[in-house]
Amino acid sequence: MDYCPHTADDIAQMQSVIGISSLDELFADIPEKFRLKQIPDIPAAISEQETVSIMGDIAGKNKLPQFTLTGAGAYHHFIPAVVGHITGRAEFYTAYTPYQSEISQGMLQAIYEYQTMIAHLTGTEIANASMYDGASAMAEAAVLCAKMSSRTKIIVARSVHPEYRKVLQTYSWANGYTVVELPYAPSGQVDLNVLQTQLDDQVAAVLMQSPNFFGAIEDIAQVADAVHKKGALLVAGFTDGTSLGILQPAGVAGADFVVGEGQSFGNPLNYGGPYLGIFAAREKFMRRIPGRLVGATVDKDGRRGFVLTLQTREQHIRREKATSNICSNEALCALAAGVYLAALGKNLKRLAELNIYKTQYLKNKLLGLAGWKEVFSAPVYNEFVLNCPGVKKINEKLKNEGITGGYELQKDYPELENSLLFCATEMISKENIDKVIAILK
Amino acid sequence: MQLIFEISRPGRCSADIPVSDVPAVNIEDEISNKYLRNELDLPEVAEIDLIRHYTNLSRRNFGVDLGFYPLGSCTMKYNPKVNENVAALPGFTGLHPYADTEYAQGNLQLIYEMQKYLCGIFGMEEFTIQPAAGAHGELTGVMMIKKYFEKKGRKRRVILIPDAAHGTNPASSALCGFEVVELRSNTEGGVDIEHLQSLMTEDVAALMLTNPNTLGLFERNIEKVAAIVHEKGGLLYGDGANANAFMGKTRPGDLGFDVIQLNLHKTFSTPHGGGGPGSGPVGVGKALVDFLPVPRVVKTDDKYDWSENFPDTIGRVRSFYGNFNVIVKAYTYIRSLGAEGLKRATEMAVLNANYIKEKLKPYFDLPYDRICMHECVFSGNRQVTQSGVHTSDIAKKLIDYGYHPPTIYFPLIVHEAIMIEPTETESKETLDVFCDAMMAIAKEAKENPEGVKCAPVTTPVRRLDEVLAARKPDVCWKRS
Repeated sequence: MDYCPHTADDIAQMQSVIGISSLDELFADIPEKFRLKQIPDIPAAISEQETVSIMGDIAGKNKLPQFTLTGAGAYHHFIPAVVGHITGRAEFYTAYTPYQSEISQGMLQAIYEYQTMIAHLTGTEIANASMYDGASAMAEAAVLCAKMSSRTKIIVARSVHPEYRKVLQTYSWANGYTVVELPYAPSGQVDLNVLQTQLDDQVAAVLMQSPNFFGAIEDIAQVADAVHKKGALLVAGFTDGTSLGILQPAGVAGADFVVGEGQSFGNPLNYGGPYLGIFAAREKFMRRIPGRLVGATVDKDGRRGFVLTLQTREQHIRREKATSNICSNEALCALAAGVYLAALGKNLKRLAELNIYKTQYLKNKLLGLAGWKEVFSAPVYNEFVLNCPGVKKINEKLKNEGITGGYELQKDYPELENSLLFCATEMISKENIDKVIAILK
Repeated sequence: MQLIFEISRPGRCSADIPVSDVPAVNIEDEISNKYLRNELDLPEVAEIDLIRHYTNLSRRNFGVDLGFYPLGSCTMKYNPKVNENVAALPGFTGLHPYADTEYAQGNLQLIYEMQKYLCGIFGMEEFTIQPAAGAHGELTGVMMIKKYFEKKGRKRRVILIPDAAHGTNPASSALCGFEVVELRSNTEGGVDIEHLQSLMTEDVAALMLTNPNTLGLFERNIEKVAAIVHEKGGLLYGDGANANAFMGKTRPGDLGFDVIQLNLHKTFSTPHGGGGPGSGPVGVGKALVDFLPVPRVVKTDDKYDWSENFPDTIGRVRSFYGNFNVIVKAYTYIRSLGAEGLKRATEMAVLNANYIKEKLKPYFDLPYDRICMHECVFSGNRQVTQSGVHTSDIAKKLIDYGYHPPTIYFPLIVHEAIMIEPTETESKETLDVFCDAMMAIAKEAKENPEGVKCAPVTTPVRRLDEVLAARKPDVCWKRS
């Protein structure tokens, strides 16, 4: 099926209007020696029925676990039915970027509402229309801080998601900036004493997450204080967005930028993407931040309407002087996030509480097993690290029962051998947890 | 329309939370009060209000499913429904990115095969699917170029970019610390070869070329261009935004390109979602394979796995593996069309663009009158001179005719540019009626310019004050 409606008669008529006698004439500019006869290595066309069957077979080669105790940057949350019904509306999903505002008021207003919800949740004044994911949002914030300050050093907490640190490393290398890692204290939070020694007049930004990769809740206000005293900026992220339903937002605690992964808000796990990068900031950075921004304005009759605004920051206007090269973002995922947050409303707090209940239950039950102990002392949201006897064997046992166990930290933190990072969202039942305990006993 | 915050009423809610089946804990026993938030000011709406709110918003939005969307450079082709259905299969949506690879063999096979298919279509050695969008792919490509010269121990400072290029090209180069030098177009709309020769030194890392370029014209001298760049040890970067013009007809790898990025939401029919998600796979020739981002899918016997064991890699550009679910849709598209279907898509896309070009040529200025590829670029010059009707007015008037306007004021080298990309999924009748509308607008611009300048009049809002929006930015609603 090729979805082209052209009949032979159409083609003949169109060729005659153009003044050609064969389709090949349209490709005469391609030097003859480079003309392709046949694309190699592509199977022949198939019908829709065959497509459904073949794709079903491929999907069937995956095995969905009964449940998963891994979070580590991607979280399994319940998605209310309303989310898919709205994002499944073709008026939204078959549109391009809303350049023509008069016929894009739907997406523009939805994104304006999303920006408002995100700014509130993160305790900042502004948020953009989304970045690619949490990692690139953090990396772009770091690059921006360095550009604005003409400083070249970026400090990143080792308790930030390992993949975010890798993305940061790539972006920093490309821009010629140096990345310094800030160790964690025995609590699992950033080591403030070391931070003090690392901060100098070349540090553009300090990057952290709260909850951090270990699930630990950080004392952002204290870090912000130390960072600002040295004239640097604080970029604070988070792991699971639902934590914002109950935790003090980083913006309120003094962060200059709040960045993070928005997947938790109504987006499926999707094996890692598409997700959405949340990017929020203090108002004073509005004309410097990357990404699309929707602003409210009025039409010629004085009615409220919405447009993409402050576009002089962007690549299509400013080219090499743009604040970022981002063009497409994750608008539909941001729409899902907006619908999700509007659906939950104040229940986001109750959801966060439920995550804490489940997490505490799982943690206490696991700690009841022989040889299991806590690694860090800081308070946690819905993830925590435990030291346990033989992580491989434990995860293997769970896998045999169709359960994905904890995240093995040793590959990213060699010093944390025999440590697993566990996550319990509202999707994990008491029965699930009791089963895990029974298996591991 | 009211905002979701304005219809909010305390006490309403449309998503309930299950009763806890584990004992509740006192939150403040677990988390010190100083870490807890004081207020949570999200909208409070009943489900019916929520659905009506967003459904009404959707009715104020224009998508491909509503009508013709000839937005140049964006390839707004039809998004097949079967792609959406299969991408929604729980096997594809439900897996955690850190699921054991034993659980994810279907996903890994799909990624592996997708990369092979793209290699076949574009004549490249390897592909990565990690970049999340076209511009992200560009950035990844330029990073690989940087790493290539670093590895050779030769620092090169400059990237050449034609004046007709997409804005993302210079922006991506600048994000990697390169100096951007602009390359002139010649009178035929192609690369000015003499200018290229004078600029191409051993300080130039790469030429970023879009072929066909943003004028919709194929670079006839591509072989020469590639030779000039390669002779000086430079690399040729291809912006694949316009791949819908040559799929199945020629391959960038054969033309001499060392690296290209694609936009799956353009060429491979994945919906653009009103701004994203996109997906920007990057293909490389032999010179750059070692620098691809990690992890990469590897196949041993019949088993697929992720590997990070590529010492010269640029590293990661995104968390996890990329916009996987978008890849599922593009993969489905490639399988549905097959090699012949992809070629026919290109042929029909180019036929459609040339048909529009010929039909509208008498009514609008055509700066480069030759066979075009998948899009054609007119100028609104005549209308401005005749009656002061600008391209933006023509675009707004098209809205009143029920169309999404073409891309306007781009490329920058065409005065009052109108860039029309019909794509292959539009029928002759659709093009005919669209051309009739363009002709009627040309006529009205001459006879009654005010009628064009006042458009649109059929939309929920009329022309919006963009200056006010930028001067007094209001990007977050505040309770008054």
